[in-house]
Amino acid sequence: MESRARPNRLGVLGWVGGGRWGFERYLYTLHRLTGLGLVAYFVMHIFVTSARALGPESWEQAMDVVSGPLFAVGEYLVFAAFAFHAVNGIRLALIELGFAVGRPIEPVYPYATSVGRQRRLARAALMVAAVIALWGGLDFFVLA
Amino acid sequence: MRDRTAWTWHIAAGVVILVLLGLHMAIMHLDQTLGLFGVAGAEPVDWESVVARAGSAFFTVTYVLLLGAALYHGLYGLRNILLELNPGATLRRAVNVGLTALGLGLFVFGTWAALAAPGAAAVGG
Amino acid sequence: MAGTGPRRVTFRLRRFEPGTDREPRWEEHRVEVSPGMTVLDGLWKVKELHAPSLAWRSSCRMGICGSCGMLINGRPRLACNTQVAELGGDVVTVAALPNFGTVKDLVPDLGSMFETHRDLMPYLLRDDPAEQDDPTREYRQTPGELERYLQFSYCIKCGCCMAACPTVATDPHYAGPMPLGQAQRYNSDSRDGGFRRRRETLSGGGGPWRCHFAGECSQVCPKGVDPAKAIQLMKRDLVVDLLRLRRRRPPAPVADEPHGTPREGIAAPPPRTATAEG
Repeated sequence: MESRARPNRLGVLGWVGGGRWGFERYLYTLHRLTGLGLVAYFVMHIFVTSARALGPESWEQAMDVVSGPLFAVGEYLVFAAFAFHAVNGIRLALIELGFAVGRPIEPVYPYATSVGRQRRLARAALMVAAVIALWGGLDFFVLA
Repeated sequence: MRDRTAWTWHIAAGVVILVLLGLHMAIMHLDQTLGLFGVAGAEPVDWESVVARAGSAFFTVTYVLLLGAALYHGLYGLRNILLELNPGATLRRAVNVGLTALGLGLFVFGTWAALAAPGAAAVGG
Repeated sequence: MAGTGPRRVTFRLRRFEPGTDREPRWEEHRVEVSPGMTVLDGLWKVKELHAPSLAWRSSCRMGICGSCGMLINGRPRLACNTQVAELGGDVVTVAALPNFGTVKDLVPDLGSMFETHRDLMPYLLRDDPAEQDDPTREYRQTPGELERYLQFSYCIKCGCCMAACPTVATDPHYAGPMPLGQAQRYNSDSRDGGFRRRRETLSGGGGPWRCHFAGECSQVCPKGVDPAKAIQLMKRDLVVDLLRLRRRRPPAPVADEPHGTPREGIAAPPPRTATAEG
């Protein structure tokens, strides 16, 4: 229910600003952005690859459209977004099913929180995602 | 479907995607890496490779499964973001109905492509 | 600092007078800082010397009552629990908690938060209606069972977590960290039998599904309650219940009547408190 007093909600600015006291807030923002990018790419990808249902000429035509350095870079960005979204998604699934946040504890100052408790997991997730993204870069641009 | 059920499916779909999309990414985009281990074949986007995959029941089934899981997971996530923008009641309904229709439409289209591809391969050689 | 005189800081305050101001305005006042001075002390000083009409809400001055939650230097904190010295710098910026309406100046309208809190039935629910209305005696609980919810019971309902939450920043349908944390506090209490009744609300669109673990609520909680933890544990309980894997347990039984040492001085139960139903 909305308050009858003067509204003072932060709005969408509150998604990206209005805080960032923990490094998890950046992961939250990045998870959203990469998710939106992946959905947009996925819808396009369904249409492009469906050209295979119309035979070889149609397929080659579709592949010609999405070839070239611009698409290679775009495709790599999608790969990097996938790497982050997938690894951070594993972290989130573990946390949101209550596995990495610890049990309730006696709050004694300075307070230990679930956010601090999963921090190592968050760092590890970011490192694994970076390694996958770097390896993808090697595959896309150096080995190819 | 209540949000608790929808959210649980969102997580389950995420796990399915993790496995299948991981496989898809490795085969389609990390072909050079697979080559280092001696498991890569021809260029994955060549028509011959497409024909080979289209003829395989394993690839067809996993394509359709991945298509459904990814559409559900992605559009549920998009719905989260849209609904958290606090749209009015009519717009809320439009988001729910619109995204469901979009998801079903893309699923039918993508499934058709996966099932029609072997026929196209047979004709096109 | 010999010879430089007492240290002074500028209090930059967000003022809003309903009925007069269309938009909030910023006002600055310089006050002397004394050792150990809290932001709340500073506000009293400003009110005394410069701005007698300045309004805020406070009571206990010791981080217990939860009245003085404010946005201090961009972060939701208790004014009584924040020393000016710990903030550093020469400017202390104070505004009403965001994500709530503003009643006046630094006073947020916490009404919507308390309505949601009440809707989630933050009290022990018993299976037996007679026991619910007229509790006979205490309910048994082991220290281990107490620890399952004790942390969440330290909540003082100051609203700092709500002001920090990115989902609450846009979505008024989301219950938010405080009410959800308190629902989990009762759901995990062995004396409570209300899980199924709270589940009706929690399984819907305003429930914990809108939490994406940005973690801000737990970062700013002045009492170490960790609402983010409560919400994730709540999701687990609700999903386990959806999968029909949740073990149902009746709420803790009423303790046996003590024998051997008769209870003296309680001839009859105290009179019933009048309820809305009469």
